[in-house]
Amino acid sequence: MSNITVQERDVVIPGQVLAEGLDYLPGDNTYRQDDKIYARALGLFSLSGRVAKVTALSGPYVPKTGDKIIGQVQDILMSGWRISTGTAYTAMLNVKDASARFIRVTEDLSKILAIGDFVIVVITKVTSQNLIDLTMKEPGLRKINGGRIIQISSQKVPRVIGKKASMISVIKEKTGCEVTVGQNGYVWIKGDSPENECRAEQAIRLIEAKSHEEGLTDKIQQFLSK
Amino acid sequence: MIVNKETIMELAAQGKRLDGRQMTEYRQPISMDLEISWTAEGSAKVTLGETVIMAGVKLSLEKPYNDTPDQGGIMINAELTPMSSSEYESGPPGIKAIELARVIDRGIREAKAIDMKQLCVTPGEKAWFVSIDIISINDAGNLFDASGLAVLAALKSTRFPVVDPVTGSINYKEKTDKKLPLLKEPISVTVYKINGQLLVDPSPQEEKSYQARLTVASDKNAIISAMQKGGEGPLTSEEITQMVDLALEKGEFLRGELNKFVK
Repeated sequence: MSNITVQERDVVIPGQVLAEGLDYLPGDNTYRQDDKIYARALGLFSLSGRVAKVTALSGPYVPKTGDKIIGQVQDILMSGWRISTGTAYTAMLNVKDASARFIRVTEDLSKILAIGDFVIVVITKVTSQNLIDLTMKEPGLRKINGGRIIQISSQKVPRVIGKKASMISVIKEKTGCEVTVGQNGYVWIKGDSPENECRAEQAIRLIEAKSHEEGLTDKIQQFLSK
Repeated sequence: MIVNKETIMELAAQGKRLDGRQMTEYRQPISMDLEISWTAEGSAKVTLGETVIMAGVKLSLEKPYNDTPDQGGIMINAELTPMSSSEYESGPPGIKAIELARVIDRGIREAKAIDMKQLCVTPGEKAWFVSIDIISINDAGNLFDASGLAVLAALKSTRFPVVDPVTGSINYKEKTDKKLPLLKEPISVTVYKINGQLLVDPSPQEEKSYQARLTVASDKNAIISAMQKGGEGPLTSEEITQMVDLALEKGEFLRGELNKFVK
């Protein structure tokens, strides 16, 4: 006989028992020991089907294959760039993954990406040693020019994007800004005027502050309509 | 962040800022809490936007320096704590902390803000020494102006401790009503030059993008007591005039804010 020991949207703490019995499956930020499921992080509990998961309230970004992130060039190496991603582990962007064009051996890599430049990249591989491989060859991935970059908690990124990107499209539509959210918490905003960029930034900060509330998309819509 | 630096420079040329403020606009709220410490003779916590600074004043009886036997003394020390910004480390003070302490020290000392002769108890033997500590709680930019305000507010709230008339020992647990002999109240304002334009109260990102800065300490009669230039960029004499004018104007504004909290 299996049962859930906490309510939906309860705040749970690490080590708290979420479910008993083998009918439920451990999801994000949870683990199974014997026949019980425990929370691994401080966060909100939710159950989708048979999967029990915890949405963490805070914490560092954990790199995952396929994530689109915004990183900063930290170092130039023989065969590529070392990119800082806001994680504890270094990421590599190889020359062959940086551009669709052929880059000659003799070329000065700092002409393509200099130290300090920001890039939008996708994680292609995370090894067991947590070394990260990146690519910049997919559509929409490139070096960032102009606009502004802000940093938010990576745990709030799903909220900023919203269900089926609903939240982010409201911001884009209302402010006319181009907004790219990296899964690691870096957000790039570029608009036609600094006032609009400011409004987009304020909206994102508001989402970050009120991420646990319901009906947030409507509130943001109201905020931006003012 | 290099992207933001470029944007800050571009916007500055148009007289705009990244956070949408006016060039000469201070962040709000500006607030002060006085006497936040039981053990200090005077203390203050100043909040300037998101920047938070604490300052404490400690009084002690020491032997005066040989060249000024009839005067007390003042010492200012600043500590930029690792909790206030990811750029600071614990350990001996770095160049930023040393400069901060010296700029604030010079503002107070050269204005002759404290009457050093009144601090003397017995010439050549005993005088009050004022030691001031500045501690950053949160660095969200503009530590210079926030520290200047905090130190002045702390000095204004300082009360002498009770001294035993027989033994001469200080009872720090009891305070008298006697205040520090403050003759002037110098307030320092730092004006930054970014891409040829002048601005005050920079954010941390703006502090990474400036060419030159000038800290001007002035009292309520607009008499300048100290100046400190920082940054690698040069300043023309016209620019210095403009910066001083702006600093005097903003000094008056900060003085008004200070007087709201300190009687």
